[in-house]
Amino acid sequence: MAARTTTRLAVGYALAAAFIVAAPRFLDAYWLDVLNSVGLYVLLALSLNLILGDAGLFNMGHAAFYAVGAYTAAILNTRYQIPILWTLPASAVVAAVFAALVARPVVHLRGDYLLVVTIGLGEIVRIALVNDVFGLTGGANGIFGISRPMVFGYKIRRPHEFLYLIWAFVAVTVLLFHRLEQSRFGRALNYLREDPVAAEGSGVNTARYRLLAFALGAAWAGMTGTLYAAKMTIISPESFGFWESVVLFLMVILGGSGSIPGVIVGAVLVVVLPEVFRGFASARMLVFGLVMMVMMVVRPQGLLPFRLLRFKESDVRRAGASS
Amino acid sequence: MEQFFQQVTNGLAVGSIYALIALGYTMVYGVLRLINFAHGDLFTYGAYLGMTLLTSFLLHDHLGLALALVVLAVMVMGLVAVIGVILERAAYRPLRESPRLSAVVSALGASIFLQNALMLVYGARYQVYPDVLPQTTVSFLGQQMPVMRLAVVLVSVTIMAALYLFVQKTKVGTAIRAAAIDQGAARLMGIDVNKVVTIVFVIGPALGGGAGLLVGLYYGQISFTMGWIYGMKAFTAAILGGIGNIPGAMVGGLLLGVVEALGAAYLSIAWKDAFAFLVLILILIVRPSGLLGERVAEKV
Repeated sequence: MAARTTTRLAVGYALAAAFIVAAPRFLDAYWLDVLNSVGLYVLLALSLNLILGDAGLFNMGHAAFYAVGAYTAAILNTRYQIPILWTLPASAVVAAVFAALVARPVVHLRGDYLLVVTIGLGEIVRIALVNDVFGLTGGANGIFGISRPMVFGYKIRRPHEFLYLIWAFVAVTVLLFHRLEQSRFGRALNYLREDPVAAEGSGVNTARYRLLAFALGAAWAGMTGTLYAAKMTIISPESFGFWESVVLFLMVILGGSGSIPGVIVGAVLVVVLPEVFRGFASARMLVFGLVMMVMMVVRPQGLLPFRLLRFKESDVRRAGASS
Repeated sequence: MEQFFQQVTNGLAVGSIYALIALGYTMVYGVLRLINFAHGDLFTYGAYLGMTLLTSFLLHDHLGLALALVVLAVMVMGLVAVIGVILERAAYRPLRESPRLSAVVSALGASIFLQNALMLVYGARYQVYPDVLPQTTVSFLGQQMPVMRLAVVLVSVTIMAALYLFVQKTKVGTAIRAAAIDQGAARLMGIDVNKVVTIVFVIGPALGGGAGLLVGLYYGQISFTMGWIYGMKAFTAAILGGIGNIPGAMVGGLLLGVVEALGAAYLSIAWKDAFAFLVLILILIVRPSGLLGERVAEKV
């Protein structure tokens, strides 16, 4: 059973990769750009999934970490002329430290209280950006003139070039996050989502793991912010509002909280479907709201739900053999 | 002194509106442990319904201003209450036994749905209330202030006092309090919890809708997205006072209104909206039970 799921997953990823590689041959620039934003949202949704899906922490302010990363990259690039891709580690570290600092006092809060606090944090960050905090963020207009990324001396500027850059990052992320899911860290997060008291009793330092989940998720969102800044060359506070956090939250929940393929499907659907139904521009949000309500009644676990890891016969036998 | 007085009274007016909305959050949370994210949108519906009824029936021409406003308030509150009950039946009742997160997502979906339905009907632009109220000022404690400001505070405080008496003194009110403490035990005592939930979804939205009408009349300008920011602030007020606690919502609302008005006046107007969120975060860190409420934080 498990082996079959793994094979199916591998086939799915292979097909998706083939589609992305071949996409510039049959899609126009507009749809390539849609694919680029799908890639960015997949990254963001996966990073939120660490916090919301794996650790079960209701974070509805994820756009704040995204913003911190994007602004870090933009400020380093425009003020200190650091090549944009070289700011990736800086964005990751700044976003992670920021997340750890703001999450430290609130991670112990009960589910929906944490939700509200993170909404508040997200809004405070947005207002701070609009008010040109420390004179660095450029106020409501944001920061412009961010330079294009260079990869091995090759300047990336056209949609299909960004397509490869962004989706390469997605591929690395998916690989790493699958490994993380299987690791001690990933299993500890799942444990504390299912039962924090039992997890604590089994020696999982819940406060520390929650903070780590926040920091790691924020680091990834921060790096995605760098990619976003590089792609847009202009960033402004309105790209990081409450609605952005809600959309990310929905991608995780509707796709299948805690499940990597589920979250990817969620992100793809939430970005692509509104593009397909562009003709019904004003009614599509109405339908979106309705779908959310119906989904929670019909399929609350999401489209491709997460399945708990189970020990198989072969695992037991292998364990017996090695001891 | 002059400015201080104006800011405090202005803060009290805004705060009493927050308090009215907060009551809806706090009552629903008290009984269902659910953050009704669509509550802010019910408030917006109150504002829009009030505008439509005011312009289409021209009640103030037929009935005289005072009676017209009372009739208008009753109609708006009644209609919003109906929407509230439908909302509960459609979006929350099927999820009563589901995990919390499902209900939260459903509430968000309901909020998006209600907001966009309103936008489809009225369009995305600001709407302006007809000018029916006298722009007179009254003298209060030796200072001049708009009569509407005083009216908003008085109306809200009267409604809140009535609600408090209703919840404390009547049989239905006792049932609401019992269901809030322990649904199972309340059911064993012969209380129909579903009926209590319906009553809560009549009272909360009615008060929220009434607050919407007051905002329309007081500020004259409404937009279909205003429910979000008012809702968040009202929710902050509810937490500030202690969620699930009715006098707490009133105290929290008034306090938040004054803090916000003074912060905007003396610190920075640009950060006005951030004060409420800052208060929210601080109160949850320092005293998550709120000023008058139960204890909520988990142990780390």
